Amino acid sequence: MSRQASGLSPAQTGSNSVGTHLTLGVVGFVMVFPFIWQLVISLSTNDQATGVPPTFWPGDLQWTNYLIVFTKLPFLSQLGVSIGITVIRVIGQVVLCSMAGYAFARMRFSAKGVILTVILSILMVPPQVYLIPQFQIIQTLGLLNTILGIALPGIFSAFGVFLMRQVFLGLPLELEEAARLDGANPFQIFWKIMLPLATPGISALVIITTLWSWNDLLWPLVVTTYAEKMPLSAGLATLQGSITTDYTVMMAASVMAMAPVLILFIVLQRRVVEGLAFSGSK
Amino acid sequence: MTSRTGTKIGGSPAPTDRPVQRTAPTGLGRRAPGAGTDGLWPWLFVVPTLFGVLVFYIWPIIQTAYLSFTETGPFGGEEWIGGVNYAAMLADSNVGLALINTIIYTLIVLSGIPIALLLANLINRPGLRFASFYRVLFFMPYIAMPTAVALVWRLIYNGDFGILNWLLSLVGIDGPYWTSTPGFAIVSVGIVGMWSSLGFGIIILGAALKNISPDYYEAAQLDGATRWKQFTSITVPLVTPSLFFVTIISVINGFQLFDLLYAIMGQYNPALVQSQSLVYIFYNQAFIQNDKGYAAAIGVLILLVIGTVTWFQFRMQKKWVNYV
Repeated sequence: MSRQASGLSPAQTGSNSVGTHLTLGVVGFVMVFPFIWQLVISLSTNDQATGVPPTFWPGDLQWTNYLIVFTKLPFLSQLGVSIGITVIRVIGQVVLCSMAGYAFARMRFSAKGVILTVILSILMVPPQVYLIPQFQIIQTLGLLNTILGIALPGIFSAFGVFLMRQVFLGLPLELEEAARLDGANPFQIFWKIMLPLATPGISALVIITTLWSWNDLLWPLVVTTYAEKMPLSAGLATLQGSITTDYTVMMAASVMAMAPVLILFIVLQRRVVEGLAFSGSK
Repeated sequence: MTSRTGTKIGGSPAPTDRPVQRTAPTGLGRRAPGAGTDGLWPWLFVVPTLFGVLVFYIWPIIQTAYLSFTETGPFGGEEWIGGVNYAAMLADSNVGLALINTIIYTLIVLSGIPIALLLANLINRPGLRFASFYRVLFFMPYIAMPTAVALVWRLIYNGDFGILNWLLSLVGIDGPYWTSTPGFAIVSVGIVGMWSSLGFGIIILGAALKNISPDYYEAAQLDGATRWKQFTSITVPLVTPSLFFVTIISVINGFQLFDLLYAIMGQYNPALVQSQSLVYIFYNQAFIQNDKGYAAAIGVLILLVIGTVTWFQFRMQKKWVNYV
């Protein structure tokens, strides 16, 4: 906001009032408190974690809790699954949705309107309406408990097609005309000219798909049965046995499970906010 | 062609700082009408997606509709039983309870939208110091993995040693077992839902706030309008389209309640039966009880409920949404 720091209008002088900062500070603290608490407990002993009154500072930080995660949980294989399904879905959606979105925005073919309507119609249908048969398909293909099986239906996205179509509709027509006159074929035009111009849309799609894929629970829960074949989200939700009362290790595991995407998105904060707002404005 | 788009650029007033949006003429109108098609190229672009959507979405939707009229036979095949699943569903008090729980949860999440607007309004004040720091604080719960934050909320809510009950005890309140008492459980989950979706509202509403011209506020200032008056008379009416969007999305997501409920309450919670959501019942019937036909009927019910509520909201939008 520094660009606006100079020349404040009368309307802007109240922006930094004590009341404003107090409100934002207090609400902000409530918002991050669970994360702070998670960190505190992950570094406590189990006696401290279950003690009343609570221990706000464990004193002797128990970093070993983080090491125990790797021995008590199949954390690394779950991390691998989470990364694998996210990469496959992001690449799949970016390629497939931008191609389809481009065709719907700029190309002429028969039954275009009907096909678009069919694809977009699934946006109005909650996942429960297609989940059972999707599971049966994955089962029939022998892909239960595999990364591909978890990732597969999610590489197709009606939302992504819609988003990319809107992005391409917003780009100027002249460049394509020029390239067409130069004898470029439609794929070259798409790949070399239009795709680079669609970067804001693609980054929004990457952000949304990453968030959804990393955090999604229901589908992975349905198509996996072995803990070591689950992504982190399902792994954490299905913890069983002694680990469920080992609060400190559980907190350490949950910190590590969400850290990669959380840290990445905090670093890229501006871009993420823009991407989410961008897709919301479509 | 060029001249047409040219005038569109020049002629369209750009009320916002967003990139200029032009809608390219669609369909056959792009070149001279009747000039034909682009041959096979478009199919190359569309067929992979069309294939995936038909196989993994459209066919399953049809299949679910069929399944909802069947029951799984003793050897795994499906037997047509007509409307028995639907009749059973309507008579199932757990489904009714799940619908009520889902509505309670959704209403709690919706109650966060006015808070999100107030916060977005504070964060987007011009010249606010630490704005991006605040933004990160509010946006973290939205991007954090629900099952991971659910685990810490479970500890916060713990009836024996949770920090929430400790805080309440300081003011003399004997807090309940939040997540294992029917009634309290769904409210506890709803509060986490509101906490985690606040960031989404702040982002979308914040983007809308940035598009309001400062001229309005300066004019209001000259007329002596207070900050609150400016907020209610300028800000709120001008962001109603975004409020509508956030409401629609929040309702759809609210009716999808599963992750937080599953992860906060755990599978062996004594209050689970009274605290289920529609999606939870669906999951339980389909994949734990293995009653796919009944679950399919519940899936159809979820579709109808969300469809009806969304349709009603679109009907009502004329009454309160201002499109400038």
